[in-house]
Amino acid sequence: MERRKFIKQAALSSFATLIGTDIVFGSKLLDGYVPLAMQDPDPFALFSKDKGMVVLNDKPWNIEATADLLDDKVTPNSSMFIRNNGKVPEELDASTWTLTIDGESVSTKKTYTLADLKSKFQHHTYQLVIECGGNGRKEFDPPAKGNQWGVGAIHCASWTGVRLSDVLKDAGIKDDAVYIGFHAVDVHLSGDPEKEPISRGCPMSKALQDETILAFKMNGKNIPKIHGYPLRLVAGGWPASVSGKWINRISIRNKVHDGTKMNGKAYRVPCKPVAPGDKVKDEDMCIIESMPVKSLITYPKSGALLKKGKTLKIRGHAWAGELEVAKMEYSIDFGSTWNACTLEKPVNRLAWQHFTSEIEFPKTGYYEVWARATDTNGVAQPMILPGWNPKGYLNNACHRIALKVT
Amino acid sequence: MKGESNTSIHVTKLIRLIRLSVVLLFAFIGSMIFFVFSLSINSSPQPIETAVSTEVLDDADWDKIENGIHVRTGLIDSEGLMAVVSNCTNCHSAKLLTQNRMSADQWNETIKWMQETQNLWDLGGNQEIIVKYLTTNYPYKKKGRRAILSNIEWYELED
Repeated sequence: MERRKFIKQAALSSFATLIGTDIVFGSKLLDGYVPLAMQDPDPFALFSKDKGMVVLNDKPWNIEATADLLDDKVTPNSSMFIRNNGKVPEELDASTWTLTIDGESVSTKKTYTLADLKSKFQHHTYQLVIECGGNGRKEFDPPAKGNQWGVGAIHCASWTGVRLSDVLKDAGIKDDAVYIGFHAVDVHLSGDPEKEPISRGCPMSKALQDETILAFKMNGKNIPKIHGYPLRLVAGGWPASVSGKWINRISIRNKVHDGTKMNGKAYRVPCKPVAPGDKVKDEDMCIIESMPVKSLITYPKSGALLKKGKTLKIRGHAWAGELEVAKMEYSIDFGSTWNACTLEKPVNRLAWQHFTSEIEFPKTGYYEVWARATDTNGVAQPMILPGWNPKGYLNNACHRIALKVT
Repeated sequence: MKGESNTSIHVTKLIRLIRLSVVLLFAFIGSMIFFVFSLSINSSPQPIETAVSTEVLDDADWDKIENGIHVRTGLIDSEGLMAVVSNCTNCHSAKLLTQNRMSADQWNETIKWMQETQNLWDLGGNQEIIVKYLTTNYPYKKKGRRAILSNIEWYELED
């Protein structure tokens, strides 16, 4: 405790020395901030995550899975990526939690307790893909700013809750409704109480889908704190940032929601294709809606040494945002030939689909197994990076693993 | 006579009163000066600074450099390190710096964005030092349209 106080003083006075002035919000900025060396050194224990998870950022916490950790059909908490825009709220009390529906286009502003939501509306359970819009960002060249996600900012857990549409309709939706925007209790990194770390949303058409839910359970249990306890908006197939955590208010807007990270370049891509590295004006950036078709080989882990003559069994998942995956293929000759995989139908709309295949290798040597999914519109994953964009979103290039037949 | 004596008493009293007032006034001014002075000493960061830097020196691990790495943040020990540590690692992790390989333009743009939206303060002359440190120690790496698979950990596949 003494140490913490001292650090706070040290940092503040060193700021003052450096910049010769006091820092606005300086005291707030450091409130609750425990320098990295002092933080709980084990985020894996803190969030019950697998030791193989990769920590990209520890303030705020951003942690991703590796492909092999996503092998389960329903992603367990231990393999679910963590992406935060602000600080994780400290106090979360489900017994006093309320959700307010307001905004220009609500008929009557209404507040529900969590108990109201649970008792008043029918419960639904769906397996839903939540993928970070920036999943795969690390491959873009020129590099894009932000957490350099590899392949593991994706999960498909089972979510239980009430339909957002049931709640919105109960409060009443005016004819001029265009968008919903969520608000939550997480705190801006600067500690400034006037700023929201993130407040995004989606058009009414997405908000009113059966699978868009206000969830209070994940994989049959209370949602873990880091994933949005006690109430999370889950909008499968769209950038994960639409699935707001720790939700306490949803505004029905008569215009496109203008909350934090709805504007500028956040979760937007150029409306028209641009050359790598081009500067794009904010007004030429369009909001990302459905995520693109994509797949992951979750078994075996890259780097397998296989005895000659043995059959390799591969498996993984494929998903396609709002759509379904129609076809799944693999290649062991860098895309010269493709072979079909066995592909399952999704458990429900917006759930990922599982695939398997058995591969024989003609001779010993180094191989790569590439996987390619095609959606119901006939759009397939590219083998190279898709269109460059300033923030490095929507990289759905084929996943591949390396192996040697010995 | 009576009147005179009365007058002289009045004058004496008046003089005493003036003297007392002057003494009180000086005492008051003096104490005010002392008060203001002591207040200004208290509000100046100097004594805190001294106390803190003594503690920093006592704490050997705080800014320890090991094998050319600033242990607390994992940043490379090079010119500009402390400007980066002091200005960039309080709100977010140093990992956000080391995983982003950006150009000077991109870093300057990012700083501007942080100032506009994240309450980052004016970095003054430190901005150039910070950007130089980042582009020198964490330079842009060309990746092309698809990189080859690297850092593969080979293992025997059993089933």
